[in-house]
Amino acid sequence: MAVPVTAPQGSLTAAPAGSPPQRRAARRAGGRIWLVFVLPFAVPFVAFYLAPIGYAITQSLLRTERSGGIFGRPRTVFTGLDQYAAVFSDPAFLSGVGRMLLFGVVQVPIMLAIALALALVLDSAVARLKKVFRIVFFLPYAIPGVVAALMWAFLYSPQLSPIVNVLDAVGPRPDFLGSEAILWSIANVVTWTYTGYNMLIIFAALQAIPQELSEAARSDGAGGIRTAWSIKIPIVRPALVLTGVFSIIGTLQLFTEPVVLRLISTNITSGYTPNLLAFSIASGNNYPLAAATSVVLAMGTFVLSFGFFRLAQKRGWS
Amino acid sequence: MTTTTAPVRRPTDESQVSVGIAMVFLLLMAGYFLLPIYWLVVNATKSQRDLVTTNGFWFGEFQLGQNLADLFARDDGVFLRWALNSLLYAGLGAGIGTVLAAMAGYGIAKFDFRGRELLFGFALGGVLVPATALALPLFLMFAGVGLTNTFWSVFLPSIVSPFGVYLSRVYSATIPEEVLEAARVDGAGELRIFFTISVRILTPALVTVFLFQFVAVWNNFLLPLVMLQDSTLYPLTYGLFSWQSQVSRYPELQTLTIVGSLVSVIPLIITFLGLQRFWRAGLTAGSGK
Repeated sequence: MAVPVTAPQGSLTAAPAGSPPQRRAARRAGGRIWLVFVLPFAVPFVAFYLAPIGYAITQSLLRTERSGGIFGRPRTVFTGLDQYAAVFSDPAFLSGVGRMLLFGVVQVPIMLAIALALALVLDSAVARLKKVFRIVFFLPYAIPGVVAALMWAFLYSPQLSPIVNVLDAVGPRPDFLGSEAILWSIANVVTWTYTGYNMLIIFAALQAIPQELSEAARSDGAGGIRTAWSIKIPIVRPALVLTGVFSIIGTLQLFTEPVVLRLISTNITSGYTPNLLAFSIASGNNYPLAAATSVVLAMGTFVLSFGFFRLAQKRGWS
Repeated sequence: MTTTTAPVRRPTDESQVSVGIAMVFLLLMAGYFLLPIYWLVVNATKSQRDLVTTNGFWFGEFQLGQNLADLFARDDGVFLRWALNSLLYAGLGAGIGTVLAAMAGYGIAKFDFRGRELLFGFALGGVLVPATALALPLFLMFAGVGLTNTFWSVFLPSIVSPFGVYLSRVYSATIPEEVLEAARVDGAGELRIFFTISVRILTPALVTVFLFQFVAVWNNFLLPLVMLQDSTLYPLTYGLFSWQSQVSRYPELQTLTIVGSLVSVIPLIITFLGLQRFWRAGLTAGSGK
């Protein structure tokens, strides 16, 4: 069942529609005027969203061959799903996907738990300086991924990092760039960047809970934590689902952070994440294989996030 | 009659402890979020030598002015060029993108036409397909028509904001039909109604759409990385990355990358803080769906 939340504007799946008399009025007044409103968006949307995907699919099914040596005439041959077979039998692709799944299973819940905790504390009566904290937590979102990764790269660097020096003084010298640790070093950059953004979405949902509801719980003797657990969290579940979907998308698309950290760590291979692999293949001018890899990746992302969304609906989480 | 003992019972001691715990938690997290930014500010003021030899969490010899001068002088002022490029890609792209998305969202909400749910469905699907997933297909397509390594190859994809269509539609549904009807009776055309009346009601949503598109384009890295070879077309993100990747050959670029990073985040932070009132309202409406 859908839980009613925040504004009355409808939901992702059941979009609002005007009542019949209103719609008739609009139509009468409009005629074909809707085209003027919709086309300026629809044309570039088709050109730069749908067409590239279509083009990539086409490319992935074809291959350019030259008959009679390199000076022969190039001709395009249909290779069917050969490229896709190549993608799925590539050990680098499979290990990249596995790495991202591991990353997502660990990083996404931790990040969302922190975001939820921050949002609940900022929404509760016990917090002070709420505005300042909200801005501080959100700040990293405004910082480009490249810059965020550069800053953390310095803080991880064995030669330059003050953190490494401090930890070295109190215990064993940490190696943030080692082959095991590097994945979690990347996870830390991602968590640092997006926790505040997710917090804000959850916080916005919390703010929409009627004051009387929390007060009623309070006068029934429920403490702050009890109120949060049994009243607030169930109500903001849709916001949690939303942040979950976007986090899954982000995980599968991971690219910037590993590419930047690659400058200082040899433990990030050219196929470390699926997106990095697709990029490396394209850099090697194997366009059909790059096309197939990126199609698989885009479809995979879409299916997984959409699937999570549907599951959440079925289970009544949103 | 003894009523309502419960609400009076709790305050003082117990809540003092709660406030303490909450503050410790918030302060620890604030420290975590501010640490890298603090590091960036401190180290942007150091010389190349101090960067290596002094404590990373405290100032060395203060030479921010010199670093800034070097930053803008390097390679005939290429940094300024990158900043301008970023501003064009993100500012102009997000500006146009917001207008297009607003019109489409409003059109879908207010006009009844065949295929409007289909169009909206596609836009929603677009929200779930992130920009990074599109970068390579875009590159392949642009390579097919010889448009790579041009301003347009990065700019044109930036004007599409499916999220903007979604938020604009949701918000447009709150515009009272009577207001529009009254304007129609007065003889105003649909476009004029949109640009004079509806846009005003949609403002918080449009600021949100603009900001998030602006940030997405400003922070975009993969698309320029695959599209551009000409360094005069780079946005800041790619430019800074290209400097960092040459540090082993030109050690002086290290300082420039750090001070350049600081300069590149300041406009964004100011924009976000300045427009807070608007985008927070917009985000509230967009969430909890």
